[in-house]
Amino acid sequence: MNFYAIRAIYLFEMARTVRTLMQSIASPVLSTSLYFIVFGSAIGSKMVEIDGISYGAYIVPGLIMLSLLSESISNASFGIHMPRFTGAIYEILAAPISAFETVLAFVGAAATKSLVLGLIILATARLFVDYSIAHPLLMLLFLVLTSVTFSLLGFIIGVWADGFEKLQIIPLMIITPLTFLGGTFYSISMLPPFWQTVTLFNPVVYLVSGFRWAFYEQSDVSIWVSFGMITLFLVVCMCTVAWIFKTGYRLKD
Amino acid sequence: MSDTALDIQQIHKTYKSGFTALENVNLSIRAGEIFALLGPNGAGKTTLISIICGIVNASSGRVLVGGFDSRSSYREARQRVGLVPQELSLSMFESVWATVRFSRGLYGKAPNDAYLESLLKSLSLWDKKDSRIMALSGGMKRRVLIAKALAHEPEILFLDEPTAGVDVALRQDMWAMIRGLKARGVTIILTTHYIDEAEDMADRIGVINEGKIMLVEDKHSLMQKLGRRQLILTLPEPRDRLPDSLADLDLSLEEGGMQLVYQFDSQSEGSGIRTLLRRLDEVGVEFRDLHTEQSSLEDIFVSLIGGAK
Repeated sequence: MNFYAIRAIYLFEMARTVRTLMQSIASPVLSTSLYFIVFGSAIGSKMVEIDGISYGAYIVPGLIMLSLLSESISNASFGIHMPRFTGAIYEILAAPISAFETVLAFVGAAATKSLVLGLIILATARLFVDYSIAHPLLMLLFLVLTSVTFSLLGFIIGVWADGFEKLQIIPLMIITPLTFLGGTFYSISMLPPFWQTVTLFNPVVYLVSGFRWAFYEQSDVSIWVSFGMITLFLVVCMCTVAWIFKTGYRLKD
Repeated sequence: MSDTALDIQQIHKTYKSGFTALENVNLSIRAGEIFALLGPNGAGKTTLISIICGIVNASSGRVLVGGFDSRSSYREARQRVGLVPQELSLSMFESVWATVRFSRGLYGKAPNDAYLESLLKSLSLWDKKDSRIMALSGGMKRRVLIAKALAHEPEILFLDEPTAGVDVALRQDMWAMIRGLKARGVTIILTTHYIDEAEDMADRIGVINEGKIMLVEDKHSLMQKLGRRQLILTLPEPRDRLPDSLADLDLSLEEGGMQLVYQFDSQSEGSGIRTLLRRLDEVGVEFRDLHTEQSSLEDIFVSLIGGAK
């Protein structure tokens, strides 16, 4: 195991976060805070409770998930795409470092950032709405699993994308709609039956639902199904990354 | 370390596009030598270096670095190698110091700030250590690439066109540094378009063209073997033509008839100069001055590549 290499890439990526603090931490915290102010405090106070939970508190887990998903993807995709773009990737490809170590370092750094961001947003939410966490450890586990899984997805996107605009497309065109339609702002039981069935094909539903269960012991789908889905997604991402390194897809000729 | 630093065995590379960049390349690099790989653009130089460093996968064949297979023992093989790429491929937002520390770590070496400090000093980069790379000039960026390649104290250093677009001062600095590395036992493999540099620096020369190694020779024996010598006689006044009685000699009139150029082979037993001078005297051809010239590596290179076409 090349620990020095893992540490070098990890610290390099973390240093990038510190360099771009406004963009990587302040901006998502600000935008999520706006959601809390508008939907949590302002509109939320006029809304009825959902499953016995005040609307402001109900949307907290979903909003954290929304930030977590988009930030994990954007951090990890940018982290691997940037050296590909500048050509500096040559050094990583030529270094005595295995594929596993490379991914561990890049994805580890991206997931760390997302995790920290998730916790900051969680703390920020407290300023605007009152919420409780029934199962803090489970909540943390969900945060970690989601950060890692979506950082892996981000890594895949960063390798796949052949330009910066493509890095934006997936979070913007796929993840944001899936999150908005994944029960962040409502319980899927509020939808007509047909749309409830359609929604079950949205993987984000399972993340938001499971995460919300850790807070309030209320969920749209069983916590075990949620766990199963995120684990499945994690495995799919890991297999894809393994395939990328095995074939050298877009990394090596 | 064995006498062979690098052993390239039957490397073949065909890209997905169908382009064959390397065909059955065999090459052995001795430990501690400076080896210059010459070849026109697109000859396969960078592909070969990229395969050795693990950036490009070979279609077949294998590479042994210090006896370690570059695929099955990639960790041992790669940590022996440093690469200075042709392009200025750098992460622009980092400081010089951060980037060399990063490179050292990437190659699995424990931090050694004293070594990195001496390295940056030797490359005149120490006073720029806290500068962001984007703020450096092109020449300075190239120095940073060299510092990064040397950060993990490699045994073999690849320099892919190291002096392309570099000013005279930096070129001289770079060659001084390369001589210093060679003195410390580092094996150096460089590609260059400046053939005079190869002529100055290299112990051995390899010529690659269209993906094939055309020759590998000790520089001096190459110059001797392929080097043609010329005797140039400057005439007192221009001549239109040579006397017919000299037609059997390898003579030509050049520079508007002001110079008589005699070609001879430095390897053959007799140069024929005495005979030439006697016969010139017989037909009354006088000359003001005479000197000899040896063809440069560049001439040799051009004739080799030209001959292949």
